[in-house]
Amino acid sequence: MTDALLKVDNLVRHFDVSPPWLNRVIERKPKSVVKAVDGVAFEIGRGETFSLVGESGCGKSTVARLVVGLYNPTAGTLEFDGMDISSGTARSRNRGAQRRMQMIFQDPYASLNPRWRVIDIVAEPIRFNKLVDGDAAIKARVGELLEQVGLSAADGEKYPHEFSGGQRQRVSIARALAGSPEFLVCDEPTSALDVSVQAQILNLMKKLQRELGLTYLFISHDLAVVYHVSTKVGVMYLGRLVEWGETEVIFNAPRHPYTRMLLDAIPDLEMSGRSRTPVAGEVPSPIDPPSGCAFHPRCPLATDRCKAEAPKPVSVGAAMVACHAVEEDRLPEWHG
Amino acid sequence: MAEPLLTVRNLRVEFPTRKGSLVAVDDISLDIAPGEVLGVVGESGAGKSMTGAAIIGLIEPPGRVASGEILLDGRRIDNLSYDEMRKIRGKEIGAIFQDPLTSLNPLYRVSKQLVETIMTHMDLTERQARARALELLKEVGIPAAEERLDHYPHQFSGGMRQRVVIALALCAEPRLIIADEPTTALDVSIQAQIITLLKRLCSEHQTAIMLVTHDMGVIAETADRVAVMYAGRIAEIGPVQDVIKRARHPYTEGLMGAIPTIGGRDELLTQIDGSMPRLTAIPDGCAFHPRCPKAHFKCHTVRPDLIGNAQHSASCWLMESGAAGGASDTAGSEGGR
Ligand SMILES: Nc1ncnc2c1ncn2[C@@H]1O[C@H](COP(=O)(O)OP(=O)(O)OP(=O)(O)O)[C@@H](O)[C@H]1O
Ligand SMILES: Nc1ncnc2c1ncn2[C@@H]1O[C@H](COP(=O)(O)OP(=O)(O)OP(=O)(O)O)[C@@H](O)[C@H]1O
Ligand code: SF4
Ligand code: SF4
Ligand SMILES: [Mg+2]
Ligand SMILES: [Mg+2]
Repeated sequence: MTDALLKVDNLVRHFDVSPPWLNRVIERKPKSVVKAVDGVAFEIGRGETFSLVGESGCGKSTVARLVVGLYNPTAGTLEFDGMDISSGTARSRNRGAQRRMQMIFQDPYASLNPRWRVIDIVAEPIRFNKLVDGDAAIKARVGELLEQVGLSAADGEKYPHEFSGGQRQRVSIARALAGSPEFLVCDEPTSALDVSVQAQILNLMKKLQRELGLTYLFISHDLAVVYHVSTKVGVMYLGRLVEWGETEVIFNAPRHPYTRMLLDAIPDLEMSGRSRTPVAGEVPSPIDPPSGCAFHPRCPLATDRCKAEAPKPVSVGAAMVACHAVEEDRLPEWHG
Repeated sequence: MAEPLLTVRNLRVEFPTRKGSLVAVDDISLDIAPGEVLGVVGESGAGKSMTGAAIIGLIEPPGRVASGEILLDGRRIDNLSYDEMRKIRGKEIGAIFQDPLTSLNPLYRVSKQLVETIMTHMDLTERQARARALELLKEVGIPAAEERLDHYPHQFSGGMRQRVVIALALCAEPRLIIADEPTTALDVSIQAQIITLLKRLCSEHQTAIMLVTHDMGVIAETADRVAVMYAGRIAEIGPVQDVIKRARHPYTEGLMGAIPTIGGRDELLTQIDGSMPRLTAIPDGCAFHPRCPKAHFKCHTVRPDLIGNAQHSASCWLMESGAAGGASDTAGSEGGR
């Protein structure tokens, strides 16, 4: 393994979503827990892009928030450049690590302070990390960042509400880049952008990666985007990674039945009138996940063993896959 | 063609500033028939959301509709009082906002928000309204909806919140839905489910939909016609397959080229160089000319209006000579995988 910048091991995060205590007593409702992330392990090499994909609610944003320390893990370890960042106390001991990472949020509206001008929003990480001295120099740097994301330096004078949805997302990208991070967690960074601006942002991210060696944890539901930007891809289902490995392998020789289902559901432009192969079945609830392999109610290859026993990840070629059918060697050919 | 349910004529939206007015939407005309889906795509900041906001009467001051008319079923709705418009919103026109947080109150349980909206617009008891709320959550694909109903918005994932907003907009069975990026945060499978739901509303209830999205795959699958916007104007409008396969406007061609596909993995994605002009500095002539590979002399000075026929038209001077796009397939057969 090359030199890993981020190591995640057995990461778990549960949320207590029980009804209020009184209702529990009166209506005899049980305690309930969302297993948002339930034992995830991966590593991201320096200068690489690792992407997480999977259906809505499978725990991608929760992994992202755990990595940057917005949530504390219920269990498991996180290591950044050799430093332990698994808990609040470990993080405050290793403050250096925190400074070197930034996050772009899924929801640009919630993450921009409406009362601040854009110039101050973008300047905040510059001031915090003391990257540039003097107001004039900070202003110039902010202008440069705004132009990099396709806005203009003059936009710094405006407030967030004066921008369109996609323009606001670009402000949050500029802010994340302002801190000169080495490691950037990007949660759906371009899903609010039209394709031409998206291409500019993704190209910018690649350029920065090449020039400055940035490392990305990238989350997107757009598999074509993921294919373009990633070195490695991890497919999540109900709080767990079911398959992960080199991008080309995941896209061209997917093994896990769920990965195959996702790839088959990609819409394409030729399809007007016809419909794509829909993903069968519904995402089960993470409050009460199915027994054994959580994917079994939707899996065309499920057997009795799948219902009873959770599959362990095994290494196949350049990928890791958690599926009994793979282990038992009864997987049909992929049409490719 | 059936009488349009929605008609927009020469709509202009302005933001007055000290240095003069910014024009966010500039002379837009379009209509949508019952049961029809009009897709709206275009550069970020082109005025898509603003057009939607004008239709539902929710442009935030100091922004205002400066001129033009908006008609719902032949009746003008752009000059109604706030209270009259409020009755139409929700009941006749359902809105799905780009920003889920403007529609959801973080302090209230999702059940409360849905039940209140349902009871405002429909004659139902609280118990019936709750049953309907539950049914809607199931319809938009929230797993364990019964348990989820009483959760707060922050307990949902990004995509789930977006689906709650969709459920809110569908509550009162409106005849027109303005859907601003309804599927952006959603993965393909949920996306397919929402699209199926919207299409069913169209065919079963003759609901008309204005679908704003930058996702061409969603447009190709859902929309009957598509309008491409650039710098506050319509650059091109026509039947969806025509626009995708035989784009006329150079901006539309560029947009099609920038779509990432699985297959060719080039180091960089194709991009349209430069960026859309700011509202304070819209160039003379065709607003796209500084970025247009086909710009010629006339483009720098004279602004083109929509040229073409009732089905498919584009605001580009090349349309005059018949030289615009079309000759080559823009999306081509290499699209998809
Ligand atoms: N603060 C919280 N309290 C309770 N439950 C939560 C909280 N945050 C997330 N969850 C739950 O954890 C699960 C995973 O959520 P997460 O936001 O990580 O999903 P996601 O994969 O990012 O989905 P999306 O693609 O929709 O953004 C969901 O079921 C969600 O409802
Ligand atoms: N309050 C405001 N004051 C001044 N200008 C504004 C205001 N709100 C929006 N604008 C401008 O109006 C233009 C149109 O915005 P709109 O939100 O309609 O864009 P959009 O096409 O929906 O873009 P996106 O795809 O990014 O959501 C943008 O250039 C934006 O900067
Ligand atoms: S373990 Fe069984 S149910 Fe799970 S994906 Fe593999 S074959 Fe399907
Ligand atoms: S009018 Fe001229 S500048 Fe504008 S899109 Fe057509 S060719 Fe390009
Ligand atoms: Mg998320
Ligand atoms: Mg918008």
